[in-house]
Amino acid sequence: MGGSLLKPVILIGIVYTILKFVVPNIPGSAPLPASLIFLYLMLTTSGIVIFATLSGESKDAFWGPIQRFLTGENIGSLQVLRYGVLLLFPLIVGWQTYNSTATSDAPPAENRTIHPAPPGEYTGLSNPVAKTPDTIQQGKGFYAAFCSPCHGGNFDGKGPAARGFNPPPANFSDPTTIAMLQESYLFWRIKKGGVGLPIEGMPWKSAMPRWEVELPDEWIWKIIMGEYDGAHQSPRTWE
Amino acid sequence: MQQQGGWIQRFLQAVKGQGGMLSGLLWAVGLLSLPALAFGADVAPAAATEYRDIPYIGSRNLVWVVAQLHLLLAGFVLGVPIFAWLCEVVAWKTGEKRYDKLAKEFTKLLTSAYATTALFGGILLFLLISFYPKLMNYLTDIFFPSFIVYCLLFLVETATLYLYWYGWDAMQDGGKKKFHIFLGFMLNFFAFFIMIVPNSWATFQASPVVLAEGSDLARAWAATWNPTWWPVNIHRLIANVVLGGYICGAYAGIRYLSARNAEERDHYDWMGYVGNFIGVFGLLPLPFAGYWLMREIYQYNQQMGITLMGGFLSWLFILQAMLIGVLFLGSNYDFWLGITYRIPGSELKYRKPMLSMLIILLLCLGVWMTPHSLVASLEEARKMGGTHHPLLGVFGVMSAKMTVSNLMILVTFMSFIMYWRAGKEETAGWAKAAKAVMSSLLVLAGIAVVVLGVWGYFVPAIVRINYFSTSQVLIVLFVMLTITPLTALLLKSAKTTTEMVWGKMPPRAGYALVLNAIMVILLMTLMGYARSSSRVHWHVYGVLRDSSQYAFSPALGYAAAIMALNTFVFCMIVAFIFWVATMSDKAKAPHS
Repeated sequence: MGGSLLKPVILIGIVYTILKFVVPNIPGSAPLPASLIFLYLMLTTSGIVIFATLSGESKDAFWGPIQRFLTGENIGSLQVLRYGVLLLFPLIVGWQTYNSTATSDAPPAENRTIHPAPPGEYTGLSNPVAKTPDTIQQGKGFYAAFCSPCHGGNFDGKGPAARGFNPPPANFSDPTTIAMLQESYLFWRIKKGGVGLPIEGMPWKSAMPRWEVELPDEWIWKIIMGEYDGAHQSPRTWE
Repeated sequence: MQQQGGWIQRFLQAVKGQGGMLSGLLWAVGLLSLPALAFGADVAPAAATEYRDIPYIGSRNLVWVVAQLHLLLAGFVLGVPIFAWLCEVVAWKTGEKRYDKLAKEFTKLLTSAYATTALFGGILLFLLISFYPKLMNYLTDIFFPSFIVYCLLFLVETATLYLYWYGWDAMQDGGKKKFHIFLGFMLNFFAFFIMIVPNSWATFQASPVVLAEGSDLARAWAATWNPTWWPVNIHRLIANVVLGGYICGAYAGIRYLSARNAEERDHYDWMGYVGNFIGVFGLLPLPFAGYWLMREIYQYNQQMGITLMGGFLSWLFILQAMLIGVLFLGSNYDFWLGITYRIPGSELKYRKPMLSMLIILLLCLGVWMTPHSLVASLEEARKMGGTHHPLLGVFGVMSAKMTVSNLMILVTFMSFIMYWRAGKEETAGWAKAAKAVMSSLLVLAGIAVVVLGVWGYFVPAIVRINYFSTSQVLIVLFVMLTITPLTALLLKSAKTTTEMVWGKMPPRAGYALVLNAIMVILLMTLMGYARSSSRVHWHVYGVLRDSSQYAFSPALGYAAAIMALNTFVFCMIVAFIFWVATMSDKAKAPHS
């Protein structure tokens, strides 16, 4: 077998090792889901095929051994391995088919919509409370009382009750959460809570309370101001 | 009917004697009307029909397929004249006759493609009137004046097309050629308006504006100037150029693969290069136009913006990333194969830069395709602390996507420059300095794009959208607008060290060209679904609700099947058009 074929195999092995064992051990990281690892490996394989077929020589060096192996042309002792592949290939296909169709008690993969679109009546709202140091401070106070047990005193989603929830409470200090949204979106989510999520957000898994039954709107708007200020983020605006 | 007629006659004869012809007629009419009275007793007064349906296929599916095919054909019919006219101008300016031949070859397609597009447009109109009378009444009431303008535009466009095509050979010399080029320009000018008038109808459905009382013209004008009209106009115009270019490439690819002699191989290899070049030329600014459109949508309505970018349609953009990624890879692959096979001896010199560019493209594509919310099993999600990965989750938002798309544009531009310069040796005294400036510009631009992308996470969204993303786009455009003329100047005095050899590309180059065209068509069908689905259960967003049985958004898997069907049917139609248009040429061509 040519060295040109060995290099890609080693490269795929290295990429897999990095994704599976190195990335999860970076401080603050976590294991990658299989879907993402598969995606990155597919990209790596595509890159290998593209590069290997850029010239006639490299193409022959890459495909030649595969072609010779599959056709059994001058492969000597590898003939046994070739018959092994012939037997193994249908077995692998059968195993994969069984795996994907057999009944299992494992829950299906998560693919719910985290940020469903808000109802029309909430889209045009703007915060009616004047943004002053006092109102922000009041908002932070309300936040500490009602939100911090789950979303954390540091606005990082790590409140004392957070560990009891799956999915975990949102981390507001993450620049990819509330910083991407308008204030009116937060107003809707706080007011209506998990039970107010639309069909699009199924399966409903949010434990967020429906705060409209306990808090007046003005308090909710102040909490929103306090959240953004405390998490050092700004809401999405168009001005 | 004959039996019934006989019965009426016998009845009339019977009553003739009793009361005359007139009374007999009245009796007959009365008797014939009895069933109508019986039916009318239950439903009077009859309500206006709002929807109609057809069995098995469903009205929505049929309209979906016909509308998408009409749009793809329209893109082709509007893209090809741009392509042909550009080639004709190049031929006129440089004196290279092969460009003129290419332009003519593609203009020949226009007459049959134009008729097919109009045919699908007519079918679509009948289907819309039949299936959605309420919606069509509403839109007609608003856009009636622009319907008239649209008809007039068609008249002048058709006349111009006939003059342009049938006058090709007669207008080849001197002033006549200039007039022919002017005709080509007018063809594109009218075509542009033919595109933007119906765009106003479709964009009004997505982003309607408040219409004050006034004349018909004033209301139509106000509805036309809706917030997404111009972003869609620009986006579609560029996309049509891309479609025209890549379809030319695919046609050349197929003809190259089936070429019967060296001359044909040379010609179609060259045509494939031109098609790929024009496709890439359009592809580079396309993401900017798309970004602008999405920004306008989000600003127009948060609900629609979130439905598209964060809601149930957000997975669609991962598919989009994959298709665009394949398109970028395919286009670069064609340039790289061109360097290797058309410029003998260049392979070793450029292999390392190609590898670097490939790695950058794949890394960028990896980031672009990383979703914000990952598909994970319960156990995997638990380990990650949710469906957002704590480290790679940052790739899932616009700052990252915008950064990598800009980098991919830069890399593709570099590929083109590399191809342009391959096989030539610069002789100008300032060549070294120019190359240093160009390299520094590229490196600095790349760094600036990445810095702005990372910084974008730490500033308010409006700063990122209005300033950082815009700056990224301007930096990339600046690089392209600086390096292109500089390279052209540099190559003006350059010595050709290796002559370009046409017709030596491997078969995979032809397949890559076909793949590119399929990717563009799939992309257009995907975006058609996105545009339509973003309105959710509204015919006219927030104004006219869809109350039919189809007032739901089809799932992405189902939509993907329809997209694939549309892509396949469109490819078959285009293949048929090519076959019909080139039938006589093939019959005339000598067999070798």
